[in-house]
Amino acid sequence: MGQITLNQITKSFGDVQVIPPLDLQINDGEFVVFVGPSGCGKSTLLRLIAGLEDVSSGAIDIDGTDATEIPPAKRGLAMVFQSYALYPHMSVRKNIAFPLRMAGLDKAAQDAKVDAAAKVLNLTDYLDRRPGQLSGGQRQRVAIGRAIVREPAAFLFDEPLSNLDAALRVNMRLEISELHQSLKTTMIYVTHDQVEAMTMADKIVVLQAGVIEQVGSPLELYHTPRNRFVAGFIGSPKMNFFMGAFASEYNAATIGVRPEHLSVSHTDGKWSGKVGVSEHLGSDTFLYVEVDGVSEPVTVRSTGEVGFRHGDTVHLTPDPDKIHRFDNQGLRIQ
Amino acid sequence: MATQHSRSAARIMMAPAVVLLLGWMLVPLTMTLYFSFKKYLPLRGGDLGWVGFDNYVRFVSSSAFWPSVQTTLVIVGGVLLITIILGVLLSILLDQPMWGQGIVRILVIAPFFVMPTVSALVWKNMFMDPVNGLFAHLWEAFGAQPVEWLSDASLLSIIIIVSWQWLPFATLILLTAIQSLDSEQLEAAEMDGAPPLARFGFIILPHLSRAITIVILIQTIFLLAIFAEIFVTTGGAFGTRTLTYLIFQRVLESQNVGLGSAGGVYAIILANIVAIFLMRIVGKNLDA
Repeated sequence: MGQITLNQITKSFGDVQVIPPLDLQINDGEFVVFVGPSGCGKSTLLRLIAGLEDVSSGAIDIDGTDATEIPPAKRGLAMVFQSYALYPHMSVRKNIAFPLRMAGLDKAAQDAKVDAAAKVLNLTDYLDRRPGQLSGGQRQRVAIGRAIVREPAAFLFDEPLSNLDAALRVNMRLEISELHQSLKTTMIYVTHDQVEAMTMADKIVVLQAGVIEQVGSPLELYHTPRNRFVAGFIGSPKMNFFMGAFASEYNAATIGVRPEHLSVSHTDGKWSGKVGVSEHLGSDTFLYVEVDGVSEPVTVRSTGEVGFRHGDTVHLTPDPDKIHRFDNQGLRIQ
Repeated sequence: MATQHSRSAARIMMAPAVVLLLGWMLVPLTMTLYFSFKKYLPLRGGDLGWVGFDNYVRFVSSSAFWPSVQTTLVIVGGVLLITIILGVLLSILLDQPMWGQGIVRILVIAPFFVMPTVSALVWKNMFMDPVNGLFAHLWEAFGAQPVEWLSDASLLSIIIIVSWQWLPFATLILLTAIQSLDSEQLEAAEMDGAPPLARFGFIILPHLSRAITIVILIQTIFLLAIFAEIFVTTGGAFGTRTLTYLIFQRVLESQNVGLGSAGGVYAIILANIVAIFLMRIVGKNLDA
């Protein structure tokens, strides 16, 4: 079980309202990712759900009971912190067993659960070490282990991968996804990295300044972003936006075209421009093309082997079915 | 060449400090050792020649020796206990966000700036005086017989005075240690179901253990040598004669430099024994 409902919750620090009234429904077993730029309130929202911060108004329901006034320990949620928050003076075994010890389990039951968790997370050989003697990825797993043994209704992750290097991050991403597949427990995951959001989530919640911009599956967000902010935030590299004459041709204030939906040619096309930097990744090439009348260079994703050089004049053609149109409020035009 | 030049230049420039420090330590130490083997009575015949280990034997066999060692240990232990327990509680209190935090912190540190002689006099005359002291008035307000602190509870009085002086030091070090505790650890413990007392016992106290050992180490070094507080208040009477004070009495009151020097050598040995124990504890704690 792990169904969480947020009902008109708000949060203010002094006079500053960081989260205006907000509703959200998280279903049992879902992997929900809160994503947004720094300072958008996503961590605050997670801490409200955890109970580490008190809501200013509104109600939080967990599995049908009002949890708004319930202290964090009694909500049946487990949290993995950005800094891992391991207890440095305890061995890995004691770290993982800590919540069980606090719950008053006997030693044998503690050991059995810790050993089971350690096996799942490949930590069996490290149980007697201190956190200081572990690598970043292992510490991360200890933090997850400490969360698993509590058998919580939901896991809360607060940017858990941001302290790892890039290669390890990809690994841990897969491991957390695997874990979700095998445990089938609700997970709420906060990140500022849209790649993590796209790859892991069942449901993405895009936040900006405490406001939910859009909720949906990764592909929903990719294909039908509700507004310009979501369109620009989801997808890598970022969507290109065209205004003025480019857009009025399509009866819109702004149009957006993803780099992968632009075709590029030496000879003819809809818009023309000069090639700036081109990034060769082997599988793909990203071209940054200066187009007259567009302030930022237009990003084009092309195949791995294209023979464009710096300063070449190229012609771009958007895929007409893949153009996103936005009105002057930035909202999507269907 | 350049490095050799700068190396010798560095040596020359460091020399004054090294010479001064060596002199500071070696001259008194050698003189103490030298006198401890002599019968030297400045007002009763002066230097009366070498006596071997006589002074050492006499110092230890004197009836005042073992009580003075005991007094020293009681004072050091008592002050350490009070300053660390109160220091931990005060630092937790001062770490809480509260109105006027800056001023309160300065006030807490203030006793550390008061000279030992002055603070002992203030305590003796303003608080502990059985006729005019604030404590006497307080006792009388409740209809009780005022306590004659410095004669009836002399050792406790000195422990209170010295603790008052050293509490700010302990609080300051422990406060900085508490401030370096990652708040996410406390939050994690809270989520793990640890009530406030368990959070204190399992998270805060282990985090402070290093700072506590440092406080113990530094305070012990200074507490073994307290003198002014005893000199000003009881003058070594009523069972407050520490080893330091006993040496002072031997040298200046009995005018027996040789005997006092032998006592000084014992004090060095005692301090070193304590230091070895402490270094072991600290070493173990700093490894973690």
